[in-house]
Amino acid sequence: MSVARFWRETPRRYNLGGSKCSVCGTIYFPPRAVCPQCTHHRQSIEKMLPFQLSGEGEVLSYTIVHEAAEGFEMQVPYALALVKTVEGPVLTGQVVDIDPATLRIGQRVHATFRKLREEGKAGVIHYGYKFAPVEDADPRPPPRTPAATAPATDGAPGDRAAA
Amino acid sequence: MREVGILGVGQTKFGELWDRSFREIGIEAGLEALVDAKLSSADLEALYLGNMASGTLISQEHIAPLILDYAGLAGRHLPSMRVEGGGASGALALHQGYLAVASGLYDYVVVGGAEKLTDVPDATATQITASTADHEWEVVFGATLPALWGLIARRHMHDYGTTREQIGQVAVQDHEHGSKNPLAHYRNKISLAQVLDAGPIAEPLGVLDCAPFSDGAAAVVLGPMEEARRRSETPIRIAASQVACDSMALQHRADPTTLESTSSAARRAFQQARRAPKDVQVAEIHDAYTIAALVSLEDLGFVEKGKSGPAFAAGEFAHGGRVTVNPSGGLKAQGRPFGAVGVAQVVELVRQLRGEAKERQVPNATVGLAQDVGGTGATSVVHLLERAN
Repeated sequence: MSVARFWRETPRRYNLGGSKCSVCGTIYFPPRAVCPQCTHHRQSIEKMLPFQLSGEGEVLSYTIVHEAAEGFEMQVPYALALVKTVEGPVLTGQVVDIDPATLRIGQRVHATFRKLREEGKAGVIHYGYKFAPVEDADPRPPPRTPAATAPATDGAPGDRAAA
Repeated sequence: MREVGILGVGQTKFGELWDRSFREIGIEAGLEALVDAKLSSADLEALYLGNMASGTLISQEHIAPLILDYAGLAGRHLPSMRVEGGGASGALALHQGYLAVASGLYDYVVVGGAEKLTDVPDATATQITASTADHEWEVVFGATLPALWGLIARRHMHDYGTTREQIGQVAVQDHEHGSKNPLAHYRNKISLAQVLDAGPIAEPLGVLDCAPFSDGAAAVVLGPMEEARRRSETPIRIAASQVACDSMALQHRADPTTLESTSSAARRAFQQARRAPKDVQVAEIHDAYTIAALVSLEDLGFVEKGKSGPAFAAGEFAHGGRVTVNPSGGLKAQGRPFGAVGVAQVVELVRQLRGEAKERQVPNATVGLAQDVGGTGATSVVHLLERAN
């Protein structure tokens, strides 16, 4: 992927910058130019305002990936989830700092800034959001795996240095 | 709009066709369909070709004139057009061919679907096929197609109590059906224990829950229905051809366990054909991942939402059940050459409705349904076919 292609999305991928329809109030991530909820889309043109998500949410569904997407080969097995944010939008991202075997639907998580992947040894390093469990939220809190011993779940080199 | 018939069908073997090129398989399927239709190439007026990713898979774009050329038709300067809709490319091409004949613009057209997946390594194919999901907001964050269907599976199990065993039964039945199909990629039977014990891909889905990367091509010849009736004792009519789309990314769907593109396309198709799900005896549906078949059966209207798992496990969609689903073996066993799938589904239905399906024959089949899906359901195409004698 070209540098520009990833770079131009950094406000969204680094800071969870979405948009809010000033007509009906619905919040979107990533941002949209028109509001799908407004019956007459034209009403929302130029009325979509920037809106930053808090990054708080809960797991709507999850999978443990063993055959990785390109650039994620060193991280398998990794947990990937649909996360419903408190503001409404659902995001797709990895869940880290948790034993994937203990992950459950309903797990409360918050977004955390991490390294996503590298394009080879000399290539661009991609950063963005992943999700980590919120402590004390679950009546049976999942054990947190010490970072030094958890390369299997979130093993991108330098991952935590970027956090 | 005039009635459209399917006059001829053709299909190559599906599988790892290492000794055969993209153009060879495309031509083989097309010529077989032309011979089956008892037409000559001089009768043809246009060609529509469904293909997902020839540019990245075989470094060749602009494939519609290429196939036309090697079919020997370049000298007639016929229109030849590629249609792309991810895994639904083949059925989308059929929709375009249907519209062209229905409108009266052309009388006879060939609709082909072709894909060559095995000229690249598996990991590359995984990445290319993942591009039918949303690259920027799914794939960049670690998603693959099986991972996204894994998310659908987990939520379906959570919401409806669907079990891992019920999901796995789809693969068992597909291989059972595929064992009777000489064109199938896989003709071996598998047990539920094998499905459950297979290596994980994207939990809860394992290797045997996922359709293979296959090479293959399929083609049909379309024409005016009155010609189909004149030329065949078992003429086949396209009773409905409907396309519906949805948000690109799974994360933007109100309910990740529902394919609203499929339910919309199916509703429109049954309305167009003045039919209902109970009228269908045979269906070829999207089972690229086992869970996809269960969700699709619900959204097509064959079973109530959330009830597909127990119904499937009880054999309601096997030979002898209320609707025979994927007698070809489906994408799981017959194979998954992406852009060819939607056309191949219709080839199987035509053979079933004509009574030419031999060992796989569904008795007294007169109405068939085909459902082709792109990505995680951003595009669905539903066709209804009827024997019209």
